[in-house]
Amino acid sequence: MSFDAYRCPNGHITYPSHPLCPECGEKQTETVDLTEETATVITWTTSTATPPGVEAPNTIAVVEFDVEGETVRAIGQATTDEIEIGDEVRPVYADQLREPGAGIREPESQEWDGYRFEPVL
Amino acid sequence: MDVAVIGASMTQFGKREGWIRDLLAEAGEACLSDAGVAPTDVDHLYVSNMASGEFEGQTGVPNMLAHDLGAMPAYTARIDQTSSSGGAGIYHAWQSVASGTSEMTMLVGGEKMTHRSTAESTDIIASITHPVEYKHGLTLPSFAGLTARLYLDKYDAPRESLAKVAVKNHKNGVDNPHAQFRKEVDLETVMESPLVADPLRLYDFCPITDGSAALMFCPEEVAKEYTDEYVVVSGVGGATDTHVVHERDDPTVMGGVVESGKQAYEMSGYGPEDIDVAELHDMFTILEFLQSEGLGFFEPGEGWKAVEEGVTERDGDLPVNTSGGLKSKGHPLGASGVAQGYEIYKQLMGEAGARQVEADVGLCCNVGGFGNCVITTIMEARQ
Repeated sequence: MSFDAYRCPNGHITYPSHPLCPECGEKQTETVDLTEETATVITWTTSTATPPGVEAPNTIAVVEFDVEGETVRAIGQATTDEIEIGDEVRPVYADQLREPGAGIREPESQEWDGYRFEPVL
Repeated sequence: MDVAVIGASMTQFGKREGWIRDLLAEAGEACLSDAGVAPTDVDHLYVSNMASGEFEGQTGVPNMLAHDLGAMPAYTARIDQTSSSGGAGIYHAWQSVASGTSEMTMLVGGEKMTHRSTAESTDIIASITHPVEYKHGLTLPSFAGLTARLYLDKYDAPRESLAKVAVKNHKNGVDNPHAQFRKEVDLETVMESPLVADPLRLYDFCPITDGSAALMFCPEEVAKEYTDEYVVVSGVGGATDTHVVHERDDPTVMGGVVESGKQAYEMSGYGPEDIDVAELHDMFTILEFLQSEGLGFFEPGEGWKAVEEGVTERDGDLPVNTSGGLKSKGHPLGASGVAQGYEIYKQLMGEAGARQVEADVGLCCNVGGFGNCVITTIMEARQ
């Protein structure tokens, strides 16, 4: 699995993808793999009241990647609650972020693996 | 055509015995009675409701309500816009009358939630999120935690300023007989309550609630046949922001609040300085700051100072959430926006009892998702 952001012909990048680019309405035509990139923590929270199928406490971060001068944000679990705004993090693959079927959403409706964020020490 | 509001009602909010059909019928019946309108005179009947199917396996609620109230053959529709379903209901009710399609429109909002566990309710509400958010266990409270941390960091605001929103709104709620909580809380209690989404604690969040509220709309000319005193919808605006919350340029700005506010101000001819009382969607304490700034009451990053300085207290320059807000009144999803309208109606009619403030023009801002969709409504008194 790769950590794909999506780019339209006008250079706008989004994560996740959209059928039409939210900036300009063009179709997104390229993918940009963020797996080997690092990002900066914009903000984070540790949630103790987690929904069914999610381990508590659940630390979540919003991070920002810089890809050739364009920025793209992503959100996801952090591997630790020892993080701060401004920290540098890298994506780490997890084959199951949340137990499929434990929550309200139909298990087959989406994928359950993805990337957590780990501080770069 | 000016659209008038000639009646309003709300049920007791809190943990209720009845189901959605009972709650909607209770508010609907009380609203008909308050307005002096016969059920068969209702042309359009709208029900604001987010998730009766998910909460209790009951769908088709508007038709059910029409039959329960004997309001056939009224045209009915359910309005779902998540937490802003009530505000969206006001928008559609206004539209139905303003367009000349309906001479009498009743809007009833309601939700029945407390029979579910907190985790289940949180998950039903989180089902609005994008798959890339949902799979990481994102909940609406966690969005609030993420945004609160950023706001406090960006504007160097003290954590206590958030807690003061809760203290203020609980204090207001004491005088609201329909509120779920009628108990003051002190700063220490809020600051020491259990962490829910760091830095936010239990008392930064509204409760899970059952309840219903209703409003009756008609053309101003028709209103005069029923009553000498009524309220007019001066402006209403609705807008969306990104579905994926992290894609917003500045996460401390709710674009839907700014845009819907702009539309409501433009239609009404009023500006932020003309608003005498406001009901804001304080599902989380941080939201009161974001809305009071997005609606132009205060500069960006200054909303917290207004709370510190008492500007938004009931005796301040701009009372905010005289009803107790979602925070102490409770937040039955589909009912909340309608109940905001109820509070502004009562304030403008001079019928708010112990929580009455001096007001000729009032505003309510109803937020769905984490600012994903927003409705802002401005109303004024007429006699």
